[in-house]
Amino acid sequence: MDNTTRYNRLLERYRNGDLDRRSFLGLIGAAGAAYGVQTPFAKMAFAQDVTQVRFDGWGGVVSEAFRRHAFDPYTAATGINVVDGTFAGGDEYLAQVRSSREGEYNIAHLSGVFDYARYVNFGLDVELNLDNIPNMGLVMEALTNAYRGITPDHLSAVPYNYGTTGLAYNRKYISDEEMREKGAMILIDEAYQGKIGGWQDWRTRMWYAALQTGQSPNDIQDLDAAWDAIRSHRDLALKYWGSGAELMSLLAEEEIYVTEGWSGRIAALQEQGHDIGYYDPPNGFGWQECLFVIKGSPVEACEELINFMLAPETSIAVAEGQNYPPALDGTKVDLGEKIPTLPAYDPTGTLEALTFADPTYWNGNEAEWSETFARVQRGF
Amino acid sequence: MSVEARERRQPWILLSPALGAVALLLLVPLLFIVVYSFWLRSAVGPDTAGFHLDNWQRALTDPFYRYILFNTLKIAAITTFFCALLGYPAAYFITRSSGNKLILLLLLMLPFWISYIIRTMSWINILGSSGALNTFLLSTGVISSPIQMLYNEATVILGLVHFLLPFMVLNIYVSLDGIDTNLEDAATSLGATRWQAFTQVTLPLSLPGLAAGGLLCFVLGAGTYITPLILGGPRDAMFANLVFEAIITQLNWPMGSALSLLLLFVLGALVALYNRYLGMSQLTKGLG
Repeated sequence: MDNTTRYNRLLERYRNGDLDRRSFLGLIGAAGAAYGVQTPFAKMAFAQDVTQVRFDGWGGVVSEAFRRHAFDPYTAATGINVVDGTFAGGDEYLAQVRSSREGEYNIAHLSGVFDYARYVNFGLDVELNLDNIPNMGLVMEALTNAYRGITPDHLSAVPYNYGTTGLAYNRKYISDEEMREKGAMILIDEAYQGKIGGWQDWRTRMWYAALQTGQSPNDIQDLDAAWDAIRSHRDLALKYWGSGAELMSLLAEEEIYVTEGWSGRIAALQEQGHDIGYYDPPNGFGWQECLFVIKGSPVEACEELINFMLAPETSIAVAEGQNYPPALDGTKVDLGEKIPTLPAYDPTGTLEALTFADPTYWNGNEAEWSETFARVQRGF
Repeated sequence: MSVEARERRQPWILLSPALGAVALLLLVPLLFIVVYSFWLRSAVGPDTAGFHLDNWQRALTDPFYRYILFNTLKIAAITTFFCALLGYPAAYFITRSSGNKLILLLLLMLPFWISYIIRTMSWINILGSSGALNTFLLSTGVISSPIQMLYNEATVILGLVHFLLPFMVLNIYVSLDGIDTNLEDAATSLGATRWQAFTQVTLPLSLPGLAAGGLLCFVLGAGTYITPLILGGPRDAMFANLVFEAIITQLNWPMGSALSLLLLFVLGALVALYNRYLGMSQLTKGLG
C-alpha cells in the first residue's frame, strides 16, 4: 500500500467519525517520524522518483498557514518534501518562471484568472488529470468555469480561494458612514491629501479609476477620464505600496488613512486589534486565486498535493489562517464558523455578488496600459 | 618550448580562471542583453526574435526616458555632493586620529555587515509618523502632530547618502593617509595658517581620492532602484526602476534590455572620462 492510499484511508476514517482529530493528527505525525528515522537502505526498498515539490505563494500569514496546515502533514503522509518560496507580485514571479529551467518551479498560488491566461499564452500550462483530484468535486463551479473559458479541453490549475481588493480605512479618521457615502471617490478626496495609499499595480489603479469615473471596469469607454483619475490619485497619494506587508505597515503605523487593500490582509490587521475598516464598493475588485501547475513539473505528485490541499480540513484551516474564503462550495461543505464572517464570503456558491476581471479584456490591454501607467505614475 | 615562450604564456595561464569567470558571468550575460534589446515584445506570448531598432529608437528619442535619466543623474550628483561634504571631514578625522584609527575604520565598515535593504528600511522607523524622531518631537512638545518626512525625493537622497557614504570616506581616507603630514607643517612654518595649509596643500593632494569616491558614489547611486522603491513617493523613480518595471511588471524584456544598456553606456562614458583625466589607479587603491 502506498503512502497516499494509507493517508486517504486514514482521512476516510477521520471523516466518518471512526477516528478522532487527535488520533488522526497523531498517526500522521507518527508516519512523518517513521519516515524521518528510516535508514538510507529503506529508500532502496521502494522506488520514489519525486522527492520534492516546489510551491510559491504570497508569503506572510498565507505562507505560514500553508506550512502548518498543508505542507507539513502532506510531507508526513507522503514523504515528499514541499519547498515553499514567496513572491511579492505575480508579474515578478512570471518573469522568474520564464527565465528558469523547466521543472524548477512546480505549483504557484496565482492571482486572478488573467494570470491563468498569461501562463497559458506563454505555454507554461500542463493537463491535470482531475480523476487524481477527487476533491475538485467540492469546488464552486463558478470558479472552475472561469478557467475552462480559457482552456476548454483541460485545466492546468484548480481554484483555491477568492477575495476582494476593497477599500481599507482607519476608523479613527474616517467613519463607516463617510466611507459608504464616498466609496471609491475617497481615494481622490483632497481632504486626505498625503494620507492616501494605493497598490502599485496598474490593474488595480485602472479598476478603481473606472469606478471613480462611473464606468464598468470590464468595459472602460472613456480612457482619458480614467487616466486623469489615476493622475489625481497619484498627486494625492503618499505612497504606492508593493506588498501585503507594506500595506499592513502603512495602515498600522498610520502613515496612510485610506487605501485599497486585500481583504485577507485587512482581516489580519483587524485580528491584530487595529481599528481598520473594510468596504467593498459597488463593482469592487473581486478575484480568485488558483493553484497552477507549471509545465515541467512532476504532475502526479502535484495533483496529489493539490488534492490534499483541497481537502476540507486543510482548505478550511488554510482559509482561516490567511483570511480568504476557500474555493469550496459552502452549499456542499460545512465551512465552520469563521469563514462565513470573512470579507468577500459568498454563501450561495455562485459568486454572483462579486465582479471579476474579464481576462480577455484585461490581458488584451495589458501591454498598453502597464506601460502608460509607468509614465503616468512619474508625472506624464 | 623555449623559456621566452613559456614566460609569455605564464601570465595568461594564471589569468585564465579570472578571465573565464569574467567572460562567463559578465560578457556572456551582457551579450544576451544586447541580443534581447533588438527583439520585439509581443502583446501575449513569447517575444519576437530578430534585429529591430524599435526599442533603441524609443529609448533614445522618447522624452519620458530622457526625463527619468536626467532625474537619475541629478539625484546621483546631489547624493555624491553630500557624500563628499560629509565624508571628507570624517576621513580627515580618521586619518589624523592617532590611537583609535583601527576602531574608527572598523566602525566605518560596520554598516556593510547589515543588509542594504534593512539599512534603508530603518529610516521608516526613524522618520515615520510613529517613528523615533516624530515620537521625540511630540513628547517634547515641539510639534503637536507628526510631520510627514518620508516618501519624497529628499528621503531617497538621504537613503542613498546613508548607503554610499562609507565608499566616499574610504576613498578619501586612502588618499589622505598617503599624504606626508610634514607638508602641512612645512607650509605653516613658512607662514601659512592652518586653513591655508589645508586648502593649498592637503586638499589639492587628496583630490584624486575625492574624485574616486565621487565616481563610485555617482555610479552606484545612479544604478540603484531599491532606495526609491522603499523611501520614494509615487512619482519618485530612477532609471533602474524603469528597467525593473519593463522587465518585471510589463514583461517587456527587449525594452528593459535596451534601457539597461543605455544606462550602462551613460555610466560607462563617465567612467571612461574619469579614466582619461585621472586614471583608474586611484579607484583601485580606494577599493583595496
